[in-house]
Amino acid sequence: MTDKTYLFQYLLRLADDHLILSQRLGEWCGEAPTLEEDLALANIALDLIGQSRSIYSYAADVENKGRDEDHLAFVRVERDYRNALIAEQPNGDFAHTIARQFFVSAFMVPFWREMESSNDLMLAAIAAKASKEVAYHLRHASEWVIRLGDGTEESRERMIEALDDLFIFTGEMFEVDETVEAMIRSGVCTDPSSLMGEWLQTVQSVIAQATLEMPDTGFMQTGGRMGRHTEHLGHILSELQYMQRTYPGQVW
Amino acid sequence: MYSQGLIGADGKTHEDEAFLNAFQARIDAEQKIEPNDPMPQGYRKTLIRQISQHAHSEIIGMQPEGNWISRAPTLRRKAALLAKVQDEGGHGLYLYSAAETLGVSREEVTDQLLSGAAKYSSIFNYPALTWADIGAIGWLVDGAAIMNQIVLCRCSYGPYARAMIRICKEESFHQRQGYEIMIALCNGSDEQKELAQDALNRFWWPSLMMFGPPEGDSVHSSQSMIWKIKRFSNDDLRDKFINATVPQAEHLGLTIPDPDLKWNEQKQGYDHGDIDWNEFWRVVKGDGICNRDRLKKRRKVHRNGAWVREAALAFASKHAAQQTADAQIAAE
Repeated sequence: MTDKTYLFQYLLRLADDHLILSQRLGEWCGEAPTLEEDLALANIALDLIGQSRSIYSYAADVENKGRDEDHLAFVRVERDYRNALIAEQPNGDFAHTIARQFFVSAFMVPFWREMESSNDLMLAAIAAKASKEVAYHLRHASEWVIRLGDGTEESRERMIEALDDLFIFTGEMFEVDETVEAMIRSGVCTDPSSLMGEWLQTVQSVIAQATLEMPDTGFMQTGGRMGRHTEHLGHILSELQYMQRTYPGQVW
Repeated sequence: MYSQGLIGADGKTHEDEAFLNAFQARIDAEQKIEPNDPMPQGYRKTLIRQISQHAHSEIIGMQPEGNWISRAPTLRRKAALLAKVQDEGGHGLYLYSAAETLGVSREEVTDQLLSGAAKYSSIFNYPALTWADIGAIGWLVDGAAIMNQIVLCRCSYGPYARAMIRICKEESFHQRQGYEIMIALCNGSDEQKELAQDALNRFWWPSLMMFGPPEGDSVHSSQSMIWKIKRFSNDDLRDKFINATVPQAEHLGLTIPDPDLKWNEQKQGYDHGDIDWNEFWRVVKGDGICNRDRLKKRRKVHRNGAWVREAALAFASKHAAQQTADAQIAAE
């Protein structure tokens, strides 16, 4: 593969992570436990859509085959989506949504910070904006992990279950394969596995403040980067792609 | 429209004549009434009803459009729609806060919504069936809302008037956004134009009904006019809306589904066909196609979120107690 093909693949993964997670968060709109949370979750979803748009547009430029952000976002088949599995996991109850956002945001904070010094100027510019946004996402999710963990008996049980259910999907964020290696080599990104220490520290500290225990670390699920997803993705796509599939090639 | 909230307001007060005269003199002098000012009970009750029902309309109004967030056709449209529905939640929030300045809590008025005792704008009992409905709702429903709400920016009650200024700015953005969706459809394929026409056909009459029945039947309007909570009659606002909207439909190349609609040179405005007030009252009273679903969903959301709200309260009180204890230790 050429450097451009690797870069395109890398950008797709990143954009898909953001799109799929924002699609999930958007499902909360009007259904959150408080009005304030309706606004907060929508805000986070909007940040993620914004980030995905910048990355897809850039990916489309890199690919240079006449596709645009919407082609990339809407008109691919399931196996061509490259998001990490954690992004597509169902919202579940509020604790699950918070746990998912917490694990992801705790990674995205150091990730975007490092990306600010990427030698890919476009990604560095996207990172400068995204860094500010994910700092808020992490604060929001951390506060809820603590509140729910140290709230009532019920909220504590739900928070424990959510952290346990989602922890198995966190390993994928740190994986290094051929594409990521190529990106590290050319100075586009830092080695994601080098962010593990900071991530663990954040996660452990928040979980401790929530008076909870770290989930058991064991086997980590993987496959999203190769297009091997959980069964949930197909259903996300059936809604996401509905208009583009029903009325192909039209301008909206 | 949102002033359907006035249905049932009585305006009765127990205050003496000097008090009422002094209050009316302030209103007539266009002075804003503020939360701590003395005010007749009827004025307070009318405002609580109107503001909370306006808030409920925003919250229930999140449902028909929220229905399309996951299916919006492009990323730009998805972001705009999500931001719009989020704004509606924000409007609900300011309005509940404005109602709180009159002495009712958000929980109290929410309970009234969930029990079915409080009303919300009937327009939200109509379904958003196609993507074009998202355009039509922005264009027509937000357009009608603005007609009413611009006037509310001058409402005599300060907190409501000020909340409306911000809300109107956002609503007018939503209206343009909706119209822009319609423009894209009308510049598109035949299939897209059909979607646009169909949405207009279904939303036109319910949008006209948003202004409420003609004044003769609207018993609560006159007291609200005297108190300057309301400043124009339902029919006046409806006419203004029609006069503004017909040229917009023409620009889109769409047909207003009213064969009796025609320009009246003398009044320099449009005459329109009869509005089906039976349908209006049927939907207000609960038999619109979505009434039951809307409330059921709201109740379910409220129920599902209860454990989260309880946890947040438990956490806050635990930590407030901890802080007090820490402060005592520090003081000793």
